[in-house]
This record gives sequence, structure tokens and C-alpha cells, in this order.
Amino acid sequence: MTDAPRRLRPAGSDDLGLRRALSDRLLPMLVGAMAFLAALALAGVVAAAALAGHWQRGAAATLTVQVPEPLQDGRLDRVLTMLRASPAVLEAQALSESEMEALLRPWLGAGSGRIALPMPAVVSVRVRDTADDAGLAARLESAVPGTLLEAHDRWLRRLSVLARSLQACAALAMGLVAFVAVAMVMVATRAGLSSRRDAIEIIHGLGATDGFIAGRFARRAMRLAASGALAGAVLALPVLLGLTGLAAPFAGGEAPSGLWALALAMPAPLWLGLPALPPAAAAIGWITAQGTVRRWLRRLP
Amino acid sequence: MLHDLTFAVPEGGFRWLLGASGAGKTSLLRLLQLAVRPTQGELVLLGESIGPALRRRLPLLRRRIGTVFQDFRLLPHLSAYDNVALPLRLAGRPEGQIRVDVSELLNWVGLSRKLAARPAELSGGEQQRVAIARAVVGRPALLLADEPTGNLDEVQAERLMQLFHEMNRLGATVIVATHNDTLVARHPAHTLLLQDGQLVRDD
Repeated sequence: MTDAPRRLRPAGSDDLGLRRALSDRLLPMLVGAMAFLAALALAGVVAAAALAGHWQRGAAATLTVQVPEPLQDGRLDRVLTMLRASPAVLEAQALSESEMEALLRPWLGAGSGRIALPMPAVVSVRVRDTADDAGLAARLESAVPGTLLEAHDRWLRRLSVLARSLQACAALAMGLVAFVAVAMVMVATRAGLSSRRDAIEIIHGLGATDGFIAGRFARRAMRLAASGALAGAVLALPVLLGLTGLAAPFAGGEAPSGLWALALAMPAPLWLGLPALPPAAAAIGWITAQGTVRRWLRRLP
Repeated sequence: MLHDLTFAVPEGGFRWLLGASGAGKTSLLRLLQLAVRPTQGELVLLGESIGPALRRRLPLLRRRIGTVFQDFRLLPHLSAYDNVALPLRLAGRPEGQIRVDVSELLNWVGLSRKLAARPAELSGGEQQRVAIARAVVGRPALLLADEPTGNLDEVQAERLMQLFHEMNRLGATVIVATHNDTLVARHPAHTLLLQDGQLVRDD
């Protein structure tokens, strides 16, 4: 008899029998799936943000101005002067001969400079914004006829709008994932409450406070949600690394080879966001279970 | 269900609660153990007026009330030991003291070999004794019992009455609802008699 109590379970563990009421299978599995989705959505937010930023910088406006017969009457100089005097223009630079050669090499092969073609001069222009493209083109045309202004930022701007929309969708997806996680914990907690109704009433009758009962549920829900989210985040890691490898060339880098290179190439927000998933799920589990149980307990006197 | 019911039990008093089935004994006990609040009238329990009392005050009051339920109301997933230890754990007593008190009490009711047994593994009488141990382990100021001898033989019932008298002597107010006329005859005491939800005798 003396050693019997020692064989019994330790104090304060599963008074309410929640180990069976809140199953350690379904809820973690569902939360794990949610965490996996959240990781993908997070990757979407980060990637879209990176692309948007990249394109934005590109679209921060380079124009190209072609000036045919540049040497005649100092046409090129006049165009340059005019461009530099215009307030929207940050920088205007005529491409040098070697730059022209580099530009044309894919079409004309090496030594294109020696080919006697009437080549226009090409001026690369960085502008503050591209709102007044048409006005600038008209002024150039009237001052130096034949000048051609090419604004190749328009599609970039569209891409950047697209990237922003993708980013918003990904953020929305994350919000929905959190919402579904809350709903799942709520449903699981309600099911646990109704399957443990007798035990709760007995413990309530013995003088358990709402805080005690809600705390038991919340602790269980928190553990289940955290373990599920941990599994989901771990499973999402290889997928994110794979996506990082695929996306790297588009961001202007080279495809990283090797696990370390991949890991380093993965954006910092992802490295911060992924480990935050289990604590976030734990918080959702705890808060939702507390709220659900406390509301349910109001029906008892 | 209950109506026109006025009575007072002094601190440290003993009452038999008698009446036919359906007379309202269990309803009255539910009021006294704070399982329901009165819809009308006034109920003062252990010095606290229950009607206007804040809901969060009630758990502390409940911890001072021990109840032996007719249907035992043990937690099926907990051992006999843990069932009896529950009120002490809810009150936040240290585990060392809990071990001493619970072991002693289960020893006293003759269940020292069944500490680890779940309620389903116990006979009706054994379950009733666990329920009794759980009701008294916290040394309640108010002890309520609903047919506490229903599953006990005469010797055990007599021992239980000794326990109730001992608790009573130590200052607890004891109210026992029963149909066991022999027991009442053997231990004459102040009686509350209910009939159709009304108090018809209080002496």
C-alpha cells in the first residue's frame, strides 16, 4: 500500500480525460496541413514581394531614345541637352561604341562596328516617372525629327501590378489558413466538451474554476496544434528549398547547387516565418480553446 | 419543483432529509451543493447569499461542500486514488499531504488494495465507498449525502454513520437523504420531511 500511490500517475495531469477527448491524431494532422499551406502562402508573399521589388526597380524607368543620323547638325547633342534639361529625367547617357557593339553582337556577330550601316545613336534614359512619356516623345520629335522614344516599362509596370496582386492573394490565403485553424480548434474543442460533459460537470461541482477547466483544454489544444504545425513546417521546408532553387534564376541569380547554397538562397523572411508557424499555431490553439471552453462553461451555474 | 420551502440548519447541525421518491430530496440537495441556483427566494449557504453572489465566488464555496451522490459520479478514467484526490488537487493542496490523506481515507473505507482500480473495476459498494471518501477528504463544512447506504451492507452503513457523526462532531453540517428507515430509527435526529416539493416537517 505504501508504494501504490507512487505507481499512480503524477498529479495534475489528465483529470478530465482529454487525452481521448481531444484526439492526438486528427487535430495535429489538420493543423499540420494548415501549417503546410501557411508555409506555401508565406513563400508566395515573400516571392511576390521580391519579384515586385525587382520589377519595380527595373520599371523605375529606363527609356531608350534612338537618334538616327546622330552626327548630322549635332542632333545627338541636341537630344542629350534637351533630355538633361527635362525635370523628369534623372540621367541620359549615349551608349558608347563598345556598348552598341555588345548590343548588336547577337544579331550581327563580332565586329559589327566595322559594318557600314547607318546606325542610330542610342541614348539610355533613366526617368523619375514615366507619366509624361508622350509629351517627351512629342517634344523630341519636333526638335529633332526622326527621334524615336521607346518606353519599355509599360509591361514591367503591369508585371509589378500582377506581383502585388499575387502578394495580396497570398496574404489573403494566410489569413484564411489562420481562420480555418481557429475554426478547426473550435470544432475539436466543442467535440471534446460534449464528450467530456459529465467529467466537466463533476469537476465543476467539486469546485473547479472556469480557468482551471479552460486551462486544461487550452493546454491540450496548444500542444496538439504546436506539434501539428511543427510537422507541417518541417514538411514544407524541402518544398520551399526546391522552390527557392527554381526561382533563383528569375531573381537574377544563378541556380544554387547543393543544400547549403539552397538554404542560403532562401529568403530571410521565410527562415523567420517558418519557425514562427508552430508558436503561432500554439497561440491559436490556446486562445481559441480558452475562449470556446469559457463560453461553454457559462451554461453551468 | 420545490416551493414554499423555508428552513435553517445551524452550523454543525445534523439533518435527515426524508420523503418519498420524487418528493424533491435530490432537487433540494442540488440547490445545496450549488449545482443549480434558486430561481426564486433566498438561499444563504455557509454565510454567503447565493442569489446575488458572483459566479466566480461559487467554486470556492463548492470546495467547502462535500457530496455523496446517489449515482456516485466518479470519473471513469481515473483510479480510485485519483478520484478521491481530486478535491484536494482542485484546492491546490501539496501532493505530499494529498498522498497521506487519500491513502488514510481509502484505508479506512477498506479500499487500500484497490487504489489503482478504475471505477468500472469496482463493485457498487466499493464505488460508493470511493464516493464517500471523495466527499469527506477535503473536510467539508457542509456534507451532503444522497442515499449513501444504497449499496452498502448493514455493517458498512453503520460505519458510514459513525463517519458522519465524527465529521459532525468536528464541526461539519451534515444532511443525509435516505429511504433507509432502519438507519433513521437507529440514529434518531432532527428530520426534514419533503412532500411534493414542500417541507412538511422540520423537527
